[in-house]
Amino acid sequence: MNNREKLVAFQTIATKEILRFARIWVQTVLPPVITTALYFIIFGNLIGPRIGEMEGFGYMEFIIPGLIMMAVITNSYANVVSSFYGSKFQRHIEEMVISPTPNYIILLGFITGGVARGLIVGIAVTVVSLLFNPLNVHSLPVMFSMILLTAILFSLAGLINGVYANSFDDISIIPTFVLTPLTYLGGIFYSISLLPDFWQTASLANPILYMVNAFRYGFLGVSDISLVTSYAISIGFIIILYLFSLHLLRTGHGIRT
Amino acid sequence: MTAALSIRDLRKTYKGGHVALKGVSFDVNPGDFFALLGPNGAGKTTIIGIISSLINKSGGTVSIFGHDLAEEPAVAKAFLGLVPQEFNFNMFEPAIEVVANQAGYYGIPRAEAFRRAEKYLKHLDLWDKRRMMARNLSGGMKRRLMIARALVHEPRLLILDEPTAGVDIEIRRSMWKFLREINAAGTTIILTTHYLEEAESLCRNIAIIDEGELIENTSTKQLLNTLHMETFLLDVDTALDSPPKSESHTLKLVDPTTLEAEICRGESINSLFTELSQHGIRVVSMRNKTNRLEELFMNLVENGAGSRGQA
Repeated sequence: MNNREKLVAFQTIATKEILRFARIWVQTVLPPVITTALYFIIFGNLIGPRIGEMEGFGYMEFIIPGLIMMAVITNSYANVVSSFYGSKFQRHIEEMVISPTPNYIILLGFITGGVARGLIVGIAVTVVSLLFNPLNVHSLPVMFSMILLTAILFSLAGLINGVYANSFDDISIIPTFVLTPLTYLGGIFYSISLLPDFWQTASLANPILYMVNAFRYGFLGVSDISLVTSYAISIGFIIILYLFSLHLLRTGHGIRT
Repeated sequence: MTAALSIRDLRKTYKGGHVALKGVSFDVNPGDFFALLGPNGAGKTTIIGIISSLINKSGGTVSIFGHDLAEEPAVAKAFLGLVPQEFNFNMFEPAIEVVANQAGYYGIPRAEAFRRAEKYLKHLDLWDKRRMMARNLSGGMKRRLMIARALVHEPRLLILDEPTAGVDIEIRRSMWKFLREINAAGTTIILTTHYLEEAESLCRNIAIIDEGELIENTSTKQLLNTLHMETFLLDVDTALDSPPKSESHTLKLVDPTTLEAEICRGESINSLFTELSQHGIRVVSMRNKTNRLEELFMNLVENGAGSRGQA
């Protein structure tokens, strides 16, 4: 395949992936927006004023970046894991496997679908947050780059889960028992400076903490973690998961016998 | 002449130790209509899976139009179209997108992909259903959709794994006609089927595989020439209590108005009618008891199993 043909193959997979979740937007885009709006109402509007300030900002202002990030993480992941496992379950992944499309193009196509859903949900949640608080922007480049890196990272993680999944149960175990706890403990609702020393150190093992803090820096200009560390961790994880995903596709794990 | 498909010493052992292929070698010439036959579990689908990169081989080589599948996968894959045994398209996509997306995986730009999708959906009488979700198509339509999808990148080698399974006779005949047309236009076709009448009617060459080994690879004509006996069923106009005595033919009574007769290949059938007339029996209709190829197939597989058992 020449580069032009590879581009066509990529566009085909990416378009197919975007259309997949767009066709069922009531199931894919609307629910996270409603859920996050409930977080804004309950934690921001009702409980927030009693909590007071966090790192010098109103509680609602403090949690908005984290909640946007949480929506992006869960949706990027969910999109790729369900799409990839669905294509294995219905066996239409074979359409791509028998074709000359290189594995890295297949991977990029799936990742684009996950990133697109993550960003669309992220934008929708941001728009809803405007109903509760005016948008505070400290650094637009940091906001965009960190949300993009996070969406890429969790799309890759979703693909790996999809490759290993053998049943529909397997695609919900990781999000329920790993992703959700890590997200809640990733500094969305609090600054880790409130934690005892031991838990502050333990929190540093949670990669989501770095992304939430860097993203919050883009909004508010404050972070528990240095930006350089956050970018290094995010990019490092992306490289590792990308290479591992490519290895899984090349060996046909879960696809070829 | 470069073979459309060349397989050498192809081996496959699945995890768990099951040996599916024990070193299969054969060639398919360009333009051929080739049947790959064998009983269930013989290894046909494993061979097709390896050719189409859906199954990892344990040993051997596969070349498509001279391009080794392991060395030049992208080039070799571009020549190949596959119609698998089971439905493997996205059931939640409209039929036209199933076909156009497949073209995209071969680098065919979107506008051209839709033009070709229209051409093949029209050829296969699916154009009216193009906007219908694939899951809502009937079984026969789904099979035809897979053929349209396999042809959209205009492959030089088309493999069909039991394409007419579960399809009614009318659709089956129209699919045969279509396959003959694309073969006449130059596409090499490899077909697996359990309908041996289909293989006899369509294919010029036949390979038979059993228990992971090739037990026959010859032309359909040559294979049929090896038949010595044919069995006919004769419907007679009067009910009989027992089969008439015959010195030259073996006759059995299937039911009071049906006789079974074995005729040596090359022997005139007139002598049988003469004999029956002498007994006052009038034949009103006559048919082959079994498909000729079916008879041969059973002989080969049974003999093969016997000789393997002795070994």
